[in-house]
Amino acid sequence: MNINLTLIGQTITFIVFVWFCMKFVWPPIMNALEERKKKIADGLAAAERGEHEMELARKRATEELHEAKQQAQEIINLAHKRAGEIVDEAKEQARTESERILAAANAEIEQEANRAREQLRKEVASLAVAGASKLIRKEIDEKANEALLKDLVAQL
Amino acid sequence: MSSEALSSTDYIKHHLQNWTFGKHPDGTWGFAHSAAEAKEMGFMAIHVDTMFWSISLGLLFLWLFRRAAKKADAGVPSGVVNFAEWIVEFIDSSVRGSFTAKNSLVAPLSLTIFVWIFLMNLMDLVPVDWLPQLAALIGSNLFGMDPHHVYFKVVPSTDPNATFGMAFAVFFLVLYYSIRIKGIGGFTGELTLQPFQAKNPLIQALFIPINFVLEFVSLISKPISLSLRLFGNMYAGEMIFILIALMFSAGIGMGIFGGLLQLGWAIFHILIITLQAFIFMTLTIVYLDMAHHEH
Repeated sequence: MNINLTLIGQTITFIVFVWFCMKFVWPPIMNALEERKKKIADGLAAAERGEHEMELARKRATEELHEAKQQAQEIINLAHKRAGEIVDEAKEQARTESERILAAANAEIEQEANRAREQLRKEVASLAVAGASKLIRKEIDEKANEALLKDLVAQL
Repeated sequence: MSSEALSSTDYIKHHLQNWTFGKHPDGTWGFAHSAAEAKEMGFMAIHVDTMFWSISLGLLFLWLFRRAAKKADAGVPSGVVNFAEWIVEFIDSSVRGSFTAKNSLVAPLSLTIFVWIFLMNLMDLVPVDWLPQLAALIGSNLFGMDPHHVYFKVVPSTDPNATFGMAFAVFFLVLYYSIRIKGIGGFTGELTLQPFQAKNPLIQALFIPINFVLEFVSLISKPISLSLRLFGNMYAGEMIFILIALMFSAGIGMGIFGGLLQLGWAIFHILIITLQAFIFMTLTIVYLDMAHHEH
C-alpha cells in the first residue's frame, strides 16, 4: 500500500507499452481492417457489375435465340419452296415425258394402223381382184382393168 | 489455507503486502522481510511483484497483438487475428464515439489501457493462494527464505502505484494536449475564467481565485478518481476473495460454502474487471477529448 518508486516504474512501463502499441500494433491492424473494408467494397461492386453484365448477356442471348429462330424459319421456308419447285419440276418433266411417250405411241399406232390398212387394202384388192376374176374370168382383162382396180383400192 | 501459525489478521496482512525491494534505513539495498521493513523504506522502494506481473501481462498483450498485427491482412482473418481485430474494432468505435478531434495517439492508448488493465484485473480470478504459495515454496526451497516472509501480490491493479502510475501518465497527456491545443493562455483562461463570469473587470478579478480553486480541484480530481476507482474496485474484490479464502480453513462445511461463494464472486467479478477496464479507457478518452476542445 506504500507509494514508492513503483509509481514511476509503472508510469514508464505504461508509456513504453503505449508507444509500442502505437508504433507496431495499432497501425498494421487498422491498415488490414481498412484494406479489407476496401476489398469487400470492391468485391461487392464487382458482384454488382457481374450481375449487370449477366443481365446484359441474358438479354443478348435471348435476342440471338430469337434471331436464330427467325433464320431457321427462313431456311425452312426456303426449303419448302425449293421442295415445291422440285416437285413441280418433276411433275413438268413427267408430264412432258408422258406426252412424248404418248405421242410416240400414237405415232407408232398410226404407223401400225397405216401399215395394216395398206396391207388390208392390198389384200382386199387382190381378194377383190381374185373374186372378180373368178366371177368374170373371161370378161375382164386383168391388165385393162388395172387402173380401175387401183382406183378402187385407193378408195378403200 | 494459510499456514496454521498465522492468525486470520496475519493471513490478510500477508496477502496485502507487496514483495518490496528497496533501500533499508541503514543505506543498504535489499528485499523487505516484513511489512514494517517495507514501510521504513519509504519512497526508495519498488514492488517487484507489481512490476513483474504488470510487465509480464503487458508483454503478453503486446506479443499477442503484435503477432496478430503481423499476420493481419485483407484476407479472411482467423484465430488470434480475428480476436485482435474484434477488440481493435471495439476500441476504435469507442474512440470514434467519444473523441471528436484528430489524434493518432488516443486509439492505441485506449487499446493499451483496456487490454492491459483487463489482464491485470484478470489476475484477481486466480485463486488468491495459488501464486503466493508457489512463490513461498520457491522462495523457501530454492533461496532458503522464511516462507512467511515471502510476499507476493499477483494483482497489479490492487497496488495504487500501478493505477496512479497510469492515471498520472494520462493526466500528463491531458495537460500536454490542453496546453498544446489551447496555448498556455487558453489553458489558464479555462482554469480561471469560468464557471463564474462577469462583465465588470473588478468582479471578474474577484472571481478568478474562486474559479481557479473550482477548476483546479476538478482538474486534479481527474487522475485521482481515475486511479482510485480502479484501485478501490480491485482492492475490494481482492479483499473479498481473501476473506472467502479464510473460510477454507474453517471446516468442511464452511469450506464448501466458501467454494460456492468464491465461484459466485468470481463470476460477478468477471463483469467488474471488464467494466473497470472499460471505464478507465472511456474516461481517458473523454478527458483527452476535453483537452482538445474549448469548453
